[in-house]
Amino acid sequence: MRIGVPREIQAGERRVAATPTTVARLIKLGYDVAVERRAGSLASFSDEAFAAAGAEVVDSVWDADIILKINAPTPAEVEKMHSGQLLASLLSPALNPELVESLRAQGVTALAMDAVPRISRAQSLDVLSSMANIGGYRAVLEAAHEFGSFFTGQVTAAGKVPPAKVLVIGAGVAGLAAIGTAGSLGAIVRAFDSRPEVAEQVESMGAEFLRIDVEQEVSADGYAKETGEDFNRKAAELYAEQAKDVDIIITTALIPGRPAPRLITEEMVASMKPGSVIVDMAAGSGGNVAGSVAGERVVSENGVVILGYTDLAGRLPTQASQLYGTNLVNLLTLITPGKDGQVLLDLEDVVQRGMTVTKDGETLWPPPPVQVSAAPAAAAAVVSPAASAAPEKSSPTRKYVGMVLAGLVLLAVSAFSPPTFLGHLTVFILACIVGFYVISNVSHALHTPLMAETNAISGIILVGGILQLGSEDPVIRAIAFAATLVASINIFGGFAVTGRMLQMFRKG
Amino acid sequence: MQTENLVLGAYIVAAVLFVLALAGLSKHERAREGNNFGIIGMVIALAATVWLSLSRAADPLVTIALIVVALLIGAAIGLWRARVVEMTQMPELVAMLHSFVGLAAVLVGYTSHLEMADHGSGDTVHAVEIFLGIFIGAVTFTGSIVAYLKLSAKMKSAPLMLPARHWLNLVAVLVSVGLMFWYVSSLSVVPLALMTVISLAFGWHLVASIGGGDMPVVVSMLNSYSGWAAAAAGFMLSNDLLIVTGALVGASGAILSYIMCRAMNRSFISVIAGGFGQEIAISADTDYGEHREITAEGAADLLKQARSVVITPGYGMAVAQAQYPVAELTKKLRDKGVKVRFGIHPVAGRLPGHMNVLLAEAKVPYDIVLEMDEINDDLADTDVVLVIGANDTVNPAAMDDPTSPIAGMPVLRVWEAHDVIVFKRSMAVGYAGVQNPLFFKENTQMLFGDAKERVEDIVRAL
Repeated sequence: MRIGVPREIQAGERRVAATPTTVARLIKLGYDVAVERRAGSLASFSDEAFAAAGAEVVDSVWDADIILKINAPTPAEVEKMHSGQLLASLLSPALNPELVESLRAQGVTALAMDAVPRISRAQSLDVLSSMANIGGYRAVLEAAHEFGSFFTGQVTAAGKVPPAKVLVIGAGVAGLAAIGTAGSLGAIVRAFDSRPEVAEQVESMGAEFLRIDVEQEVSADGYAKETGEDFNRKAAELYAEQAKDVDIIITTALIPGRPAPRLITEEMVASMKPGSVIVDMAAGSGGNVAGSVAGERVVSENGVVILGYTDLAGRLPTQASQLYGTNLVNLLTLITPGKDGQVLLDLEDVVQRGMTVTKDGETLWPPPPVQVSAAPAAAAAVVSPAASAAPEKSSPTRKYVGMVLAGLVLLAVSAFSPPTFLGHLTVFILACIVGFYVISNVSHALHTPLMAETNAISGIILVGGILQLGSEDPVIRAIAFAATLVASINIFGGFAVTGRMLQMFRKG
Repeated sequence: MQTENLVLGAYIVAAVLFVLALAGLSKHERAREGNNFGIIGMVIALAATVWLSLSRAADPLVTIALIVVALLIGAAIGLWRARVVEMTQMPELVAMLHSFVGLAAVLVGYTSHLEMADHGSGDTVHAVEIFLGIFIGAVTFTGSIVAYLKLSAKMKSAPLMLPARHWLNLVAVLVSVGLMFWYVSSLSVVPLALMTVISLAFGWHLVASIGGGDMPVVVSMLNSYSGWAAAAAGFMLSNDLLIVTGALVGASGAILSYIMCRAMNRSFISVIAGGFGQEIAISADTDYGEHREITAEGAADLLKQARSVVITPGYGMAVAQAQYPVAELTKKLRDKGVKVRFGIHPVAGRLPGHMNVLLAEAKVPYDIVLEMDEINDDLADTDVVLVIGANDTVNPAAMDDPTSPIAGMPVLRVWEAHDVIVFKRSMAVGYAGVQNPLFFKENTQMLFGDAKERVEDIVRAL
């Protein structure tokens, strides 16, 4: 089958759905690849590079069997598509019912790259994650670009520079990327999320996780949900308090299929210091911040810069294209089980089912809900009792009582024993103690040779056999002969195998 | 008199050499020296004993002939077994050798009894010594045979679950104590023979009811028993060398067993009583999520980019004989400047230190083979962990899930590493019958198939 990669026509879009690297991998899967002329020019991929990777560079790719795109097709592009064609691109099916309907009417099989279920197996095709990662990084750099001071604190000859304080709201992939980037620039980073289970991830990135005192439920599907009233009120108090203190706010709060929640009000913006910067990464779907405009830079009355850029990922077009393209390769690997260039869409598979929006003139959106793994959440909840499961240490009293008892037993035994036995007992007990101390600090790696050695040494029971071989009783002699024989197998075998093992241990 | 004194002197020298042998084996640098000390001690002890035996014997010529024949046959068998044994079969060999000590102790016990019967005299203490010696020897004998059969897969390694098995054990011990009183008062061979039968069955049952995964403990426990059997023989024969050596071996085996048990967070008693296998009540239908697979080429790519790699082998590596390709992989990565280390769980394999021997056989330098405690804190800074044939020893459930049968067992925290690649034949559970949440973690990828072939694939892809 033939894959077509058109040039993105949406204004300001610089990414492309394939790169020379991913083209080579698509060809390996058995496909022919056609790339529209100058499709990658804005992402620094030349037509020559695509051609060198094995793609055919053409003027129109819309007659191909499979169309790989970044943005959802425009009505004009849908017109160019034909029945039976496969489309993979961002679609936002929940927000664009007309688009879904038009694709259905055209008979196109549409896969929404932004509807990948959040399960571990599907992570390699999740473009939301890979784009959010880039967006979070870029959001910090855009903020740094607008911000009038350093991010990192410094003490210079010209005076002390305080570090910037950054608040990241929403600790999803974008939020975590923003936290990491801001932290590496030297800022003090705080983060908040309505899902308490992400606190650990935030702290692992070196940021402080802000907590509010409300009952919260653990997210079942990996996405944030709309939150309760009590929670919203407490969270708003937290934002208001933080707004007065921080220099940079980056909001990433998105709820799939719904407008973004309004988190930062006009009063909060007004309470911020002049020169502060807010990056509203949710501006494209309604905005988390009052006054943010999608795609625009806005300055509030008190001099706070509000960035509503919606193309943050596209501002790193080369890297974004590479990651998006790799996600697409992983998708095609999934739906090309034979690696023979033939698509086999398996609607039994939750990943493929979740992404399929239309197929054979039918609308398959929305898919049945998918539960992500419950294991990590359950594991986190029960860590503390494990510590108490450790065995109790015996109390010192019990130890001393035991020692006294053992002493008494020994006294009782020796009272009824002949002196020769006591002599042997002395030797026996002292030897036990020597054995204990000699072995206690043995290197773990030598356990097997040690065991073979002690095994060989315990063949000393041979001494008993040899001594009795001198007896006149033929029965005793016969038994003693057998004892000597088996014990000597032990001695020779044990020492030889120990030597053989020790020969192998060597230092590098 | 002169002879006796010289022999006793030689015995003291031999005993000291044995102590030095064990002490030497605690450290890599002095291990070979220790083995040599052991051999010299044994030669001295044997020479002295042969001399003593000849000086007492009625017909020295026949005696020396018998001794030489027995030693030659024993040496031939022993050396032959030691030369041909595969390092993966080391547990079987050690278990089999233990059974010989047990058998020898039983035989020596019977000859002592016969000697005592010949003289027609005998004191209570001596009778008790003989009785105990045979008891311990017989338990060691059959116990080791069962361990050998289980380890060499000639017998099912699953624990044997007889109804009321703890009561059976208790009854066996009580009956034996009763027989001891009978024997001491009568000095008849009947109670001795009855006890032998009971203790043979007891030893058999004791080990049969312990599962394959507990074999490291069992083998070192049997090692300890074989020492006690030798010590008991020493009491019988009033021979201090036997007592000292037996006590050394018995004590060292006991310590090893204790170390093993601590590594599994279980009480010694519960392992010996075979109480582990049966209480598994796992919520088998827990949804752990999906696992992800990786190809050998993908694994090779990950390894190429890694700066530090830790390999945690388990029994599966021994089964697949994968130690040679693993060593080759290690060498290749080290040549590329990747820091490669091994993390060995104390109970990995079927014998204490089993993995170390296998890696040493494949010429992996021992200074990059580290213990669990040495490596555990470094795992968080490790780029890639390769889990080869290990399962329960890397199971996060031991730390996270208090209801898990392995809860509280110290484990290698491999999941803290950046990437984990698990080599496994299938998604089947490990010895403990517990599902492993590690396989479903987001940074874990599964590489299915025979460990040896997969590692060879990776080596090729590098």
